Amino acid sequence: MTWNDVVFMLPEIILSIGASLLLIAPVVGWRARERSAKWAMLILLAITAASVIICSNVVENLPQTAAFSSMFALDGFAIFFKLLFVVAIAMIALLSDDFLRESRYSAWEYYSLLAFALVGMMFMASGIHLASIYIGLELMSLSSYILAGFFKNEEKSTEAAMKYFVLGTVSSAILLYGISLIYGVTGSLNLMTIAKAMSTIITNDALMFGIMLLGAGLCFKIAAVPFHVWTPDVYEGAPTPIAAFLSTASKGAAVAIFARIFYVGLHDFQLDWSNILATISALSMILGNLAAITQDNVKRMLAYSSIGHAGYVLLGILSLNAMGLRGVLIYTLVYVFANLGIWATVLMLRRHTYAGERVDDFDGLHQRAPFWAFAMVIFLLSLGGIPPTAGFIGKYFLFAAAVQSGFGWLAIIAVLMSAVSMFFYFRIVVAMYLKEGHEAEVAITPNLKLVAGVCLAITLLFGILPAPLINQATRSSNWVATRAAVLTHAGR
Amino acid sequence: MDIGILNVVTYLPLLGAAFILFFFTDPKKIRYFATMVAVVDFIVSLFLWKYFDPTVGGDRIFQFRWTRDWIPSLGVKYDFGVDGIALLLIVMTTFMGAIAIWSSFTAIDYRQKEYYVLLLLLQTGMIGTFCALDFFLFYVFWEVMLVPMYFIIGIWGGARKLYAAIKFFLYTLAGSVLMLLSILALYFFNDGGIPFLHITGLGNGYSFSVLQYHEIGHLIPPTLQFWIFLGFFFGFAIKVPMFPFHTWLPDAHTEAPTAGSIILAAVLLKMGTYGFIRFALPILPSATKQLLPFIIGLSIVGIIYGALVTLVQKDMKKLIAYSSVSHLGFVMLGMFALNPMGLKGSVIQMINHGISTGALFLLVGIIYERRHSRMIADYGGLAKQMPMYATLFLIAALSSMGLPALNGFIGEFTILLGVANRNIWWAVFAAIGIVLGAAYLLWLYQRVFWGPLDNPANKNVRDLNRRELGLLVALVAVMVWIGIYPKPIFDLIDKPVEYVVRKVDPGYFNPAQAVRVAESK
Repeated sequence: MTWNDVVFMLPEIILSIGASLLLIAPVVGWRARERSAKWAMLILLAITAASVIICSNVVENLPQTAAFSSMFALDGFAIFFKLLFVVAIAMIALLSDDFLRESRYSAWEYYSLLAFALVGMMFMASGIHLASIYIGLELMSLSSYILAGFFKNEEKSTEAAMKYFVLGTVSSAILLYGISLIYGVTGSLNLMTIAKAMSTIITNDALMFGIMLLGAGLCFKIAAVPFHVWTPDVYEGAPTPIAAFLSTASKGAAVAIFARIFYVGLHDFQLDWSNILATISALSMILGNLAAITQDNVKRMLAYSSIGHAGYVLLGILSLNAMGLRGVLIYTLVYVFANLGIWATVLMLRRHTYAGERVDDFDGLHQRAPFWAFAMVIFLLSLGGIPPTAGFIGKYFLFAAAVQSGFGWLAIIAVLMSAVSMFFYFRIVVAMYLKEGHEAEVAITPNLKLVAGVCLAITLLFGILPAPLINQATRSSNWVATRAAVLTHAGR
Repeated sequence: MDIGILNVVTYLPLLGAAFILFFFTDPKKIRYFATMVAVVDFIVSLFLWKYFDPTVGGDRIFQFRWTRDWIPSLGVKYDFGVDGIALLLIVMTTFMGAIAIWSSFTAIDYRQKEYYVLLLLLQTGMIGTFCALDFFLFYVFWEVMLVPMYFIIGIWGGARKLYAAIKFFLYTLAGSVLMLLSILALYFFNDGGIPFLHITGLGNGYSFSVLQYHEIGHLIPPTLQFWIFLGFFFGFAIKVPMFPFHTWLPDAHTEAPTAGSIILAAVLLKMGTYGFIRFALPILPSATKQLLPFIIGLSIVGIIYGALVTLVQKDMKKLIAYSSVSHLGFVMLGMFALNPMGLKGSVIQMINHGISTGALFLLVGIIYERRHSRMIADYGGLAKQMPMYATLFLIAALSSMGLPALNGFIGEFTILLGVANRNIWWAVFAAIGIVLGAAYLLWLYQRVFWGPLDNPANKNVRDLNRRELGLLVALVAVMVWIGIYPKPIFDLIDKPVEYVVRKVDPGYFNPAQAVRVAESK
């Protein structure tokens, strides 16, 4: 380890120290000063974001694969996702603020756990070695298990945490087993070395089995069918801001490692695994979107829709071309912001009771909060992929990648299911605009306004002027695309 | 700086909508302002016609071009331009838009602000769709139309509005996403091909330019053309709507408020036929010919089936809605005759259907506003009570069934000429459709306006007021104008139709072929 290595990891180091300080704060007598927790968290995140940018400039000309014996890279891909995660966590912190103030639980611990989860996610974004990826994943997962059960006196929250924990650890074990098989065959955990070793292997059952187990573990993390069953229960039971965290940032991190592992490490066996992933993707899109139709609980509906979105993202991964990789980046960003916007609106509706928000609760929202009802429509259109919202750009890339890689049938399923998804997204629109509302209170706090406003701006801006986002995604995916030798179009 | 007259026409309604959103609260002011915006937009579109040069042929038929880079890394351009066909449809859109907005003054009595904002937004979407010469841009406008229409049906519609609105939305969306896949296939064929399917591309780089696709159309291998055509077919046929994809139409038309029905009939349905003429035919000539029997078959079934179903309707609005299925079957039939005469008739019939059916929906809306019933059985003998209304209804009905000296005749006659030139039997079926059309419209007229005035509720119905009279006189004036002097329209679409026929059937204009056609006459 050299000083250069430390620069690569400086943002994570800073963030870990900060997260520990947040944990210590109540012990040294700041417990009562709950308000400062939010600000401490936001300042910490700002410092982290700044250090990501500074460090990435410093290491720009250093060899990317060198840090920590080729375990850690700070390439464009990592920077893109790290900044996305920091912003997403900042928004989730804002969403949590009012929520926590009304509960009896300590904000300091909560933010500290969130910060540790972020450390794990940033690690995942940078990992180019299965060990470092796994460590990051576990750090994120352990923090989220606790966060899901953070309201420990609520029955549903505890139940959600328990389910999440048991299934999550099993999936981690499966993932680990897959990793060990891959290690056994290729002799390395480093993604580039694995790729090199695999290029000389024609066929190998143990390796294929390992890839399948690894894929199964990752599919659990992104909630793809048939590893999705935990999602609705956990989203419903977890505190709403944590459901937002699980469906956006946490999922984004899993997508990042999924893409990195398959693009950099396993691209040589594409013919073998792409059909399996195609099946998973098709099932996720069909089941997620169809099951969402019957849900009356918004949190469960979003959970099923997020299963469908996992299927869409898989299109970008299995197509294994530059278009698909860019699609993964763009879609994740677009999805995260549209979803956070929706969660913010959900939180505006009912914060006093903890139980699930029903679709009926949106009845007549256009009278009570016209602007935010409009924003909600834009978020839903974005998730459905209707132009001129950013969601269309994301879906465009994924569909294009599928067509380009010859998965025409999958693309047909994907587009038809995105039409189906509009059916249940529009149930909320129907409730907001076409039904009369009961005079329930809406609590539009500055925090929620800020989050929903930023999400709205991003969703509309990148929908109408997508060029900057696409260029950024192209630049950011360059390194990974080169490794996967799919650079053919990336330069354009 | 050149802002482009097409941009003015397209975004003027959007600006108006934004203005209403931020500066107006009084419903009265809102509706006058919205009407004013629509009328100004119509006048601007007339200037478009004035400065359009219909004599230019070949590749330069697309005029008022306004091109900028939009997403350079994908080859997406912001590319506006119109030929005679698009121009005609734009003028009709602005005209019918103004009529629709003006017709809503008393019909819409709640949530007026949102209503006019959405109508103007819809207007921008529709005009943009006709202007776009870049596929990506076209797709964006195409989808942008959906949402306002969904709300217009869903908020101000009739009893089953929620069902009708979501059905309309999902049907159209399902079709258009399949169209998106076809666009993508074209896009990759134009660039690097699809290696996994062993399809070699042309290597022209990333581009969504419709004009470029027009040039490469004949290079696309037939199998690929077939699949691409199928995607387009779903997108456009649902919108037209062709049998058997028409089931959303009666629901949407019946439940929509009057203005929504007018816009739906006049413009939204034309999106489908316009899509066929602009994209499917010129880009995919071999698939067009391959699928020709299939489409002709569906069109004929649509004509006859649509007319028969129309005959038995008890609800006036539903009756007119089903008649659209039949009329649009004509438009498709004329188009797929693939000769200049058939295509010209098809384009003119698009305009005619917009004007006539729009007028009929308006008329039904007027009586519904007074009596809150659309059932034919509730009426009878209205001619005595509302003479002006009865007269104008008769003119609209006659124009819809194709009486000479009114617009419908010109379109139907030209279509029949073109179709008969191809295959006399197709023309026979089409003629049966015309007869049935006369039957259901005259029977409707007979039941509503003649006979004894025996329903007491109809005894106090007022005749037209000045606003309604103005609207209908404007529509009737256009009907008579097209019926008597259609030359300006024929001039306008002459070159574009020739352009399309040259793309889809290059042999048509070569001398040997021309002699053969002349002899067969």
